[in-house]
Amino acid sequence: MNPAHQAQLEAALQQVTGFIYPNEAELHWSILVVIYPYITGLVAGAFILASLEKVFKVKDLQPTYRLALLTALAFVFVAPIPLQAHLGHPERAFEIFLTPNPSSAMAMFGFVYAWYLMVVLLLEIWFEFREDMVRWRQQSRGLKKLFYWLISLGSRDVSPGAVAFDHKAVYAITILGIPSAFLLHGYVGFIFGSVKANPFWSSVLMPIVFLFSAIVSGISLVLILYYITTLLRRKTLDQKCLNALAAFLFYALIIDLSLESLDFIHRLYESEESIEILAELIFSKLFISLAIVQILLGTIGPLLLLAFALFTGLPNELKRLAFFIAAIFVQVGIFSTRWNVVIGGQLFSKSFRGLTAYKLELGGQEGLLTALGLLILPFIILYVLLKLFPPWDDARTDTKPTEG
Amino acid sequence: MSKTYERREFLADLVKFPCATLLLGVSGPIKALASAGNEYQASEHNYAMGVQIEKCIGCGKCVEACKIENDVPMEPYYFRTWVERYIIYTDGEVSVDSPNGGINGFPPVESDKDILRTFFVPKLCNHCENPPCVQVCPVGATFKSQDGVVLVDDDYCIGCRYCIQACPYGARFLDPRTHTAGKCTFCYHRITEGLLPACVEICPTQARIFGELDKLSTPLNRMMRQSNIQVLKAHMNTEPKVFYSDLDGEVR
Ligand code: SF4
Ligand code: SF4
Repeated sequence: MNPAHQAQLEAALQQVTGFIYPNEAELHWSILVVIYPYITGLVAGAFILASLEKVFKVKDLQPTYRLALLTALAFVFVAPIPLQAHLGHPERAFEIFLTPNPSSAMAMFGFVYAWYLMVVLLLEIWFEFREDMVRWRQQSRGLKKLFYWLISLGSRDVSPGAVAFDHKAVYAITILGIPSAFLLHGYVGFIFGSVKANPFWSSVLMPIVFLFSAIVSGISLVLILYYITTLLRRKTLDQKCLNALAAFLFYALIIDLSLESLDFIHRLYESEESIEILAELIFSKLFISLAIVQILLGTIGPLLLLAFALFTGLPNELKRLAFFIAAIFVQVGIFSTRWNVVIGGQLFSKSFRGLTAYKLELGGQEGLLTALGLLILPFIILYVLLKLFPPWDDARTDTKPTEG
Repeated sequence: MSKTYERREFLADLVKFPCATLLLGVSGPIKALASAGNEYQASEHNYAMGVQIEKCIGCGKCVEACKIENDVPMEPYYFRTWVERYIIYTDGEVSVDSPNGGINGFPPVESDKDILRTFFVPKLCNHCENPPCVQVCPVGATFKSQDGVVLVDDDYCIGCRYCIQACPYGARFLDPRTHTAGKCTFCYHRITEGLLPACVEICPTQARIFGELDKLSTPLNRMMRQSNIQVLKAHMNTEPKVFYSDLDGEVR
């Protein structure tokens, strides 16, 4: 038995208010399980943003299309790691694939994930970049040449017919991809929303709330990345593109806020057995992370800032800065949304008579450092992806006109 | 008792059909077959427990017996069974406690306020007929046995803890030694041998009654016929198989 863990449980027991079932001293889903929906949300959101450009022909978003795809890919690689790491027996995780229990929402994770990664993201990116990969291979030598040859699966055909086929394939996969992205994250919401034992989680709205917060987080992340990468590359930001991103972010935030409010009002109005303990939870343990960070700083603040920047005659330079700041606050807000759902949902007793506590450790398998590492990892992967598959228009071959 | 009956029946059949006996030949195989009929048949049972609230004195012996019998970690965060004390004051306030699961009994009530009523509620896994823990387990490590007992396969559990989240009763914990889910098994190793669960056996007031749900002439069924029976959180539709007599509405 791990003495540090026992000491932690003892400390948690000291902070209990009211009555909890004796087995509830331990909080079971830690910060790693917060990171999991945060990351899958970013994946789904970034992908949906990319689809806007492809399927709905929002041409203004073209500069971010490929960046959004690679962002989704970088994050999707990391998505299963926190899940795996929090298991008591990570080495048995493959049992989920071998003998899944069909009635378990969690058992479907592997399949949803594999479908999304293999069939949707990888295929779409492959077709999108195929022509470039062929040309990059021609232009490079040595190991790099071999790499592009392998990754393009040896394809060489860049005739107009082949390229047209690529475009058609990308279009078709995107159409398949939109419901898949909805599935990926809506499903994560279902994992929580279907737990009837937990009144804080149990809600049919949960998958939809998750989905829209995912869209919000994806758009804001791509906005941040586009802003930073463009400045780092000393290129000029495309104002039209930024405006479009900010506008989509604004509308998605409004839908997100409306859904959350609906959920809140619904609970308040129905006023079920659990309402008292949930109110106590929100006004004590979750007040800062929910009322202040998630709602005020993460939603209302950015909404006002975006509205101000979008609908007043602000000079472009200030506008861009306002978009950027709003997007950063949205990210913080979304992270606390995930925190409030996952951790908040475990801070009250199922006897509805008391509250427990969660103390985040610094080190250890489920500590803050591991969490930070997992949050940084996708950016490292993204950096490598951006080096290998530069998504910028100017990196594309000059022999053909650039278009989405 | 059903086991001896089967065995007797089998032997009687052998007498009735001497040819079969002859065919079987030597007595060795007969013995083997006879004892095979003695094996535990899960499908012939449907276990449940009755708890008589008015009989429980909160001594906590069941909690202790359970921990010892089932090698449950002694630390105060892991319980297969525990006892809660409810104190309902005249002003309507309800106070509940379960210090260390009630394993050492309960301290005297400190408050000066007037008390309306107090009582103890022993709790454990309800071996739900419709168990959410089984529904959510991604690998099927948690399962319902044919005799109605909900069990965890330690060699299979991946320690994802989804079942702990899904149980509305706080009946599960993660065993810190095996990193797998732990819970009450109705002392499966005992009941399959025809013994009673440890908590039932040790209870000095016989507040706990264990038995077959589908057989009429058992103490459990007598209790269920003669008392006002409730289950915990009936609205969850888990169909618990731990039945309480005269359970107070305050108990959750
Ligand atoms: S009481 Fe909890 S652990 Fe026991 S069967 Fe019901 S849901 Fe499962
Ligand atoms: S902790 Fe074990 S028994 Fe519980 S749901 Fe996960 S795999 Fe199943």
